[in-house]
Amino acid sequence: MKRFIGFLKKEFYHIFRDKRSMLILFGMPIVQLLLFGFVITNDLKDVKMAVVDHSKDEYTSEIINKITSSGYFKLVKSLDGIAQVDELFRKGETKLVLVFEPDFGKNFIKGSKASVQILTDASEPNMASLEVNYLQGILQNYNLEINRGKIVPSQISTQTRMYFNPNMESVYMFVPGIMATILMLVSAMMTSISIAREKEMGTMEILLVSPLRPLQIILGKVTPYLFLSFINALVIVGMGYFVFGVPVLGSFALLMAESLLFILMALSLGIFISTVSDSQQVAMMLSMFALMLPTILLSGFIFPLRNMPVPLQIISHIIPPRWFIIIIKNIMLKGSGFEFVWKETLILIGMTAGFIGLSVKKFKIRLE
Amino acid sequence: MNSTVSINNLSKSYGDVSALKEINLNIKSGELFGLIGPDGAGKTTLFRLLATLLLPDSGSAALCGFEMVKEYRHIRNILGYMPGKFSLYQDLTVLENLNFFATVFNTRIEDNMDMIRDIWVQIEPFKDRPAGKLSGGMKQKLALCCALIHQPKILLLDEPTTGVDAVSRSEFWQMLKGLKSKGITIVVATPYMDEANLCERVALMQSGEILSLDSPSGIIASFEKDLYSFEAKDTYQLLLNLRAYPFVNSVFLFGQSVHYTDVRDDFVLSDLKDYLKSKGQDHVEIKQIAAGIEDCFMALSQQNTVQK
Amino acid sequence: MNSDKKVISVRNLTKKFGSFTANDDLSFDVYQGEIFGFLGANGAGKTTAMKILCGLSYPTSGEIMVAGLDVYKQREELKRNIGYMSQKFSLYEDLTVFENIRFYAGIYGMSLKDIKLKSDDLLKKLDLVHARNKRIGELPLGWKQKLAFSVAIFHNPEIVFLDEPTGGVDPVTRRQFWDLIYEASRNGITVFVTTHYMDEAEYCNRVSIMVDGRIEALDTPEGLKNKFDAKDMDEVFLRLARKSNYKE
Repeated sequence: MKRFIGFLKKEFYHIFRDKRSMLILFGMPIVQLLLFGFVITNDLKDVKMAVVDHSKDEYTSEIINKITSSGYFKLVKSLDGIAQVDELFRKGETKLVLVFEPDFGKNFIKGSKASVQILTDASEPNMASLEVNYLQGILQNYNLEINRGKIVPSQISTQTRMYFNPNMESVYMFVPGIMATILMLVSAMMTSISIAREKEMGTMEILLVSPLRPLQIILGKVTPYLFLSFINALVIVGMGYFVFGVPVLGSFALLMAESLLFILMALSLGIFISTVSDSQQVAMMLSMFALMLPTILLSGFIFPLRNMPVPLQIISHIIPPRWFIIIIKNIMLKGSGFEFVWKETLILIGMTAGFIGLSVKKFKIRLE
Repeated sequence: MNSTVSINNLSKSYGDVSALKEINLNIKSGELFGLIGPDGAGKTTLFRLLATLLLPDSGSAALCGFEMVKEYRHIRNILGYMPGKFSLYQDLTVLENLNFFATVFNTRIEDNMDMIRDIWVQIEPFKDRPAGKLSGGMKQKLALCCALIHQPKILLLDEPTTGVDAVSRSEFWQMLKGLKSKGITIVVATPYMDEANLCERVALMQSGEILSLDSPSGIIASFEKDLYSFEAKDTYQLLLNLRAYPFVNSVFLFGQSVHYTDVRDDFVLSDLKDYLKSKGQDHVEIKQIAAGIEDCFMALSQQNTVQK
Repeated sequence: MNSDKKVISVRNLTKKFGSFTANDDLSFDVYQGEIFGFLGANGAGKTTAMKILCGLSYPTSGEIMVAGLDVYKQREELKRNIGYMSQKFSLYEDLTVFENIRFYAGIYGMSLKDIKLKSDDLLKKLDLVHARNKRIGELPLGWKQKLAFSVAIFHNPEIVFLDEPTGGVDPVTRRQFWDLIYEASRNGITVFVTTHYMDEAEYCNRVSIMVDGRIEALDTPEGLKNKFDAKDMDEVFLRLARKSNYKE
């Protein structure tokens, strides 16, 4: 035990004295989160909007008034029909079109459903979804105002159609995505580099010649990163919640347990990478190309999986973050319990066991 | 206590290159033993085999009676090993490094102070400095301390004095003498021929083979030829002239002088003087000298190539 | 062999890094065809001074002429007139022998025809004709070093700087290497060797020994040994270095 603590102490010295490590460990998660977060939740101002009003009554004009006076939207054009919409979007003259059905006012007063349609240019998906959210909010408010004191509530039902990117995922996606990226980076890349560094500097030679067993060396190298990665997971979820209002609808304990599992998986992957690389540079390249790029590209973090070519979709099945992102998305955003994520959890457990097995087999007690 | 190293027919190759060719060697308990040879002689390979870091292709070795391959765990407890490259944590301070290696061997610095005191006092003033910021000589002293912290019975030092200036080198050898008095078996590898004289016995190595195994004086005594030292104003011309002499056996530059041996056993110096005079070198100083380790190494190495 | 023509002339060279003085008021001359040993412990200031002489860094003060050129104003001409070789950096391991020669000679503006002619002569002399198209990485260390030196003087520089050229080489190969150096010196090339291997110093015509940024001794190896009553250069160096305030 004293040996183990001695080893841990040494590892923490390494980490805390290396500015680069510290930056990756603590600067990176915060910067990434802020970047993604603010790029997405940028406030709206004067979004160019067009209107197709088939009803042209007092209610529609009141609604248009409300919308334009909010400051978020600016009316640039009144159209006769939706035929021109596509062209307008392509020219970039408007980002959003609001379509009122014929007899909107009548339907509204009668208490039956009155419909508006929102058309958006979703080639900038995050902005589009944000615009829609704002617009829906304004309509909702108006609805509440009108209904005050009424027995049979009037209702505006909105139908949204996103042009160019109909399957757009939730804006909150970035938190699970960043969590997967950061945990992968910290756990896998940092461990593999730190073990490869011992090889490169020749210190591994001395550790091997000492009575330390391979398992002791591995545990000593991995424990600090397990600890630091877990802190990172907390920071990311915390920042998501407090800064960006990303909710944790499901069980917090389950979320953390799944994160720990993912960290373990990444750590064992990191050890595995280190067993096949002799220098920090190789470890870095391997981690970058074998881990970071797939995590970002093939996990469904940024690009929706279902839009990918089939071969890539198949490859994405062996990318661990894919499963982790599904798990946390379910727990955080949908509030699902374990009964909905056990399959993905099992896959991660299987991967972890596989990598640990491979690493133990590959980690040598000698130099060759 | 029996801290011997015995090596039987040990061979190791990397692909097509054979780094060690059937080495046989017995090192006595408490001996200060030198492996002398240039880069590529196989010194590091031999050390890594003994340190249980590599597996041999054939042959065997035992340290303190423990078999190198099967009983590697025992060996790792009694062995102190200092690799050729500086192998400590550069970002850890001197004291942190030493502390770490003490805990690795489940011991404490205080318990082993007797062993390292002489060396430790020299680096203690810098104990809070990161190891990476020490000078070459100081690094070697710290590495030696770390290799000694668990009181090993056998110490393997791979080129501890390479790249270290002359002052630190001589200090380092002083420390090794001190350690020898504590009964540790010390095996030192070095490319410096002149360091052979500081060992009790040496093995001269080249291309994976042992050319000679003896005490330094024994090796020198086995130098068969009469050796002459020539000095002239133009050393290079002297060298060229001697090289062109029909009866030359060997001729090597040694600084400003040239060492010469002749193929004939009944060789008359005046013949050679006349020859040089005919080449226009009148003022040549000639004296018969005793061979040094370097002379022996070159003679042995040439014999070895001729035999092949 | 040695002429009176000064190839390197250093007067009051001082180089400071902040408050640290790496070179403290150095003055010395090196003559054409001379093999000049520039010795000192690690950190004595050898490398700093050599960088200045090669035109890689400016001195803080002092008058320095190398190959008749001013190191302040004529750095580009200077670089064309010197050769450089060190044990650490010399040839590209993944290029063949001829590709290396062609590359280095090309840098100095030699025509391909000249390069071919001269490299054939060179390979014949070094007994490396069969290795013309072999990669450097496949050659034994001794051959690499001999080749590296030959490449460093391929463009006939006035001076060649050697940075610890022969550490770790076997004694026979080392002497072959020094053979080449003597030959170059005879052909009028000045050889400037920095090293902390004292046995290399014995081969030089004159050596200077630096301690703590200052030149403490400058003479022939013979003269130094006599002056310090020492049996070899190692002992000379120990006397000098110990005398200084040797400290970390």
